[in-house]
Amino acid sequence: MSESYDRGLVADFGRWTEFSAGMWAWVFHKFTGWVLVGYLFTHISVLSTSLQGAQVYNSTLSGLESLAIVRLLEVGLLAVAVFHILNGIRLLFVDLGVGLEAQDKSFYASLVLTGVIVVASVPTFLTGAF
Amino acid sequence: MSTKPSQSETETETDTEPATTGHQQRRLDDKRARADDRDEAAAQAETEFDGETVELKVFRYDPEIAGKEEPRFDTFTVPFETGMTVLDALIFARDSYDSSLTFRHSCRQAVCGSDAFFVNGSQRLGCQTQIEDLEWPVRVEPLPHSDVVKDLVVEMDHFYDQMESVDPFFDPDDLPDGELEEQRQSRQNRENIKLSTRCIWCGACMSSCNIAAGDNKYLGPAAINKAYRFYMDDREGSEKRQERLEIIEQEHGVWRCQTQFSCTDVCPKDIPLTEHIQELKREAVKENLKFW
Repeated sequence: MSESYDRGLVADFGRWTEFSAGMWAWVFHKFTGWVLVGYLFTHISVLSTSLQGAQVYNSTLSGLESLAIVRLLEVGLLAVAVFHILNGIRLLFVDLGVGLEAQDKSFYASLVLTGVIVVASVPTFLTGAF
Repeated sequence: MSTKPSQSETETETDTEPATTGHQQRRLDDKRARADDRDEAAAQAETEFDGETVELKVFRYDPEIAGKEEPRFDTFTVPFETGMTVLDALIFARDSYDSSLTFRHSCRQAVCGSDAFFVNGSQRLGCQTQIEDLEWPVRVEPLPHSDVVKDLVVEMDHFYDQMESVDPFFDPDDLPDGELEEQRQSRQNRENIKLSTRCIWCGACMSSCNIAAGDNKYLGPAAINKAYRFYMDDREGSEKRQERLEIIEQEHGVWRCQTQFSCTDVCPKDIPLTEHIQELKREAVKENLKFW
């Protein structure tokens, strides 16, 4: 809707400290969704090095895996993917009309679960990276 | 607080005391007494009330008056009483400080839906929100995502248009024979639509909805809830039912809802808006599958 004067961000994201659980879930879901779409492109480009033979593919992958920043990004990617999956399941239930009263709790649950899974994955991803 | 009488004005009046007739003298005396009363009241308001006071930060904006076109916040100090609502405080501020403070209100009991404001960062009804439950100072703004006409008054036309666009009326297939015959609804059905009939058209949900803010064509939670109220009713005519479904399942109908639950959170009448929208989504899917 148009504004008769510019209230700017005040009306929207300037209010982020006042967002409710459902709003945060929506923001995070959008964000993680776009990150995953972006990742798909890099994923395809890395995989397509195998078109130039096994040697190139292997060296590309081991080259990438030797970089600490790539290992850190992988942890981030896992966090993003896990949250998107868990919140996606939450949204499925919302679409089915199940447990709508507990939608905020299920959002917090998916956040906590994401945190736990990411922390548990750190040894796997970061061993030998530094 | 522009209505506070200036001190200098009254002083000059007392200084210039010419020899006057008895009649004029009496009038001048009266005038002075009134001015004194006003001064006293203002001074009392300015300095101290007995007991607790609450600070009210109110959004002010008036495009028609030079010097007020720039949005600003005015602070009013209001004596706090137990049971005081935001609306009570606003009425006090308007009556004792600035009569130009503009806001809509009517029934003061959460029925008319006139006084939805943005209080401390959330859409609430002024008459329903206890000052006691809020963080102080209390910040009152007009509803976001709508044109501000003046101070706390926002343009509601778009909201009303959306409400009308779902045809909020009955159009039954056949009417009962007798002239005074009732059109009965089952108790079960009444329970199903009970919550959706509570809507008071305050516009809080529409204002809280992020999607409605970015998409002017989106029907909005209140209008969809209105459609739900008739769609789910037993007495709805089958033709009208179909028509209504077509209205709400357009591109800018139910599918625009992204289940942020903002509307459900702010609804002053506790209508489960998101639940109703989701139910209509499922109805729309079911109906389309049937045709296929």
